[in-house]
Amino acid sequence: MGLVLDFSVVLDRWQALLDGATLTLQLAIIAVVCGATIGVFGAIGRRGGNVLVERLCGAYVEAIRNTPLLVQIFLVYFGLSSLGLQFSAFTVAAVALTINVGAYTTEIMRAGFDSIHKGQIEAAEGLGLSKAQIYWHVIIWPGIERVYPALTSQFVLLMLASSVTSQISAEELTAVANYIQSETYRSFETYIVVALIYVALSFIMRFGFWLLGLALFPRRRRLGTPL
Amino acid sequence: MGGALNINHLLFLGHGALWTIGLSAIALIGGGSFGFLIALGRVSPSRAVRLLAATYVQLIQGTPLLVIMFLSFFGLAALGFNISPLLAAGASMTIFVAAYLGEIWRGCIEAVPKQQWEAAEGLALSRSQRMVKVILPQAIRLATPPTVGFMVQIVKNTSLASVVGFVELTRSGQIINNSLFEPFIIYSIIAVVYFSLCYPLSRLSRRLERSALQKKPALA
Repeated sequence: MGLVLDFSVVLDRWQALLDGATLTLQLAIIAVVCGATIGVFGAIGRRGGNVLVERLCGAYVEAIRNTPLLVQIFLVYFGLSSLGLQFSAFTVAAVALTINVGAYTTEIMRAGFDSIHKGQIEAAEGLGLSKAQIYWHVIIWPGIERVYPALTSQFVLLMLASSVTSQISAEELTAVANYIQSETYRSFETYIVVALIYVALSFIMRFGFWLLGLALFPRRRRLGTPL
Repeated sequence: MGGALNINHLLFLGHGALWTIGLSAIALIGGGSFGFLIALGRVSPSRAVRLLAATYVQLIQGTPLLVIMFLSFFGLAALGFNISPLLAAGASMTIFVAAYLGEIWRGCIEAVPKQQWEAAEGLALSRSQRMVKVILPQAIRLATPPTVGFMVQIVKNTSLASVVGFVELTRSGQIINNSLFEPFIIYSIIAVVYFSLCYPLSRLSRRLERSALQKKPALA
């Protein structure tokens, strides 16, 4: 067998690749939205003052950050089924990715919230804002604004990491690739095409987050600070 | 089904854990050397070299490691090259780690104050002398905490080598699970082993970072 590359059999299956890419993006978006919510609460919990909650959030972050995603996915997958709960592979994948990205987001957001100067919070207290108002206006949004670039990178990494969920046969892009290569025996071409689709997806995601940043942080836009 | 978890299974897991450490070392050495070249390429005076290094980083950082693994194992096999799982996993990890470490180290090289370059130039050092004698020693000090932090990522990512049949910790767990079918217990044990490998590295990285922050005023 000589070195003959034939991309056409792979590109003929563009419909399946497109479906896979869509599912990858869906997984990523679900995990990002749920993970960011966990992150906000986790970060508040980690600096909230209650020792037990702080410890709990800290343990969550350390446990997730120091174990591989693949093992976490297996644990969620087999853990849920050993409890007698049956979910689709997509649901399990979304849950596992959310738990994973939630921990990273907690840590990044904590850094953002910690970077808010104490004087700002004291000034807000002096203006008679309630605790919830202080958190919302003075800590959460300005804090997120400061760490927005780091969050963006983490979310793009998450989208790439979602490829691992192919191991529990969620039908995302990598699983589609495995299927195509087993059908066509063109594994080199298949994975090259899929790698390029992932590169494109990560550019699309970065662009999307850049637009979202412009919408969320108008002050930053006015000041011309790069996102 | 296949009996209970016994000492032989644990020994098998231990063997897998050793290969996880071994593969991490291969990835760190291979990826570190190649990543160093990437970092130098990113700050090279030649525009073409800078562009080449940047393209490499962009492409690899935009591709999942899993796909790189499949590409080097199944992809190259389909082209007629026969590659062992160890070679495929080691090469994939090297390619992957180089892109990230290269980018981290570029940041560290660029973080050395500009005056240091100028002073070295004023002392009539050649470009390579400036790099080796003035910039790199300072950059290495800046680079230590993030590099140790990235080692955690390396150890965790070696788990993906299991998909090409390389018997490291995760794969050995899968093999045991195939005979015992106690997935939750087995993967919990594996998670604990990964944690005990990674957590000390995380702690060390944080401690180095903190002590670097304290020394910063003296450096500036």
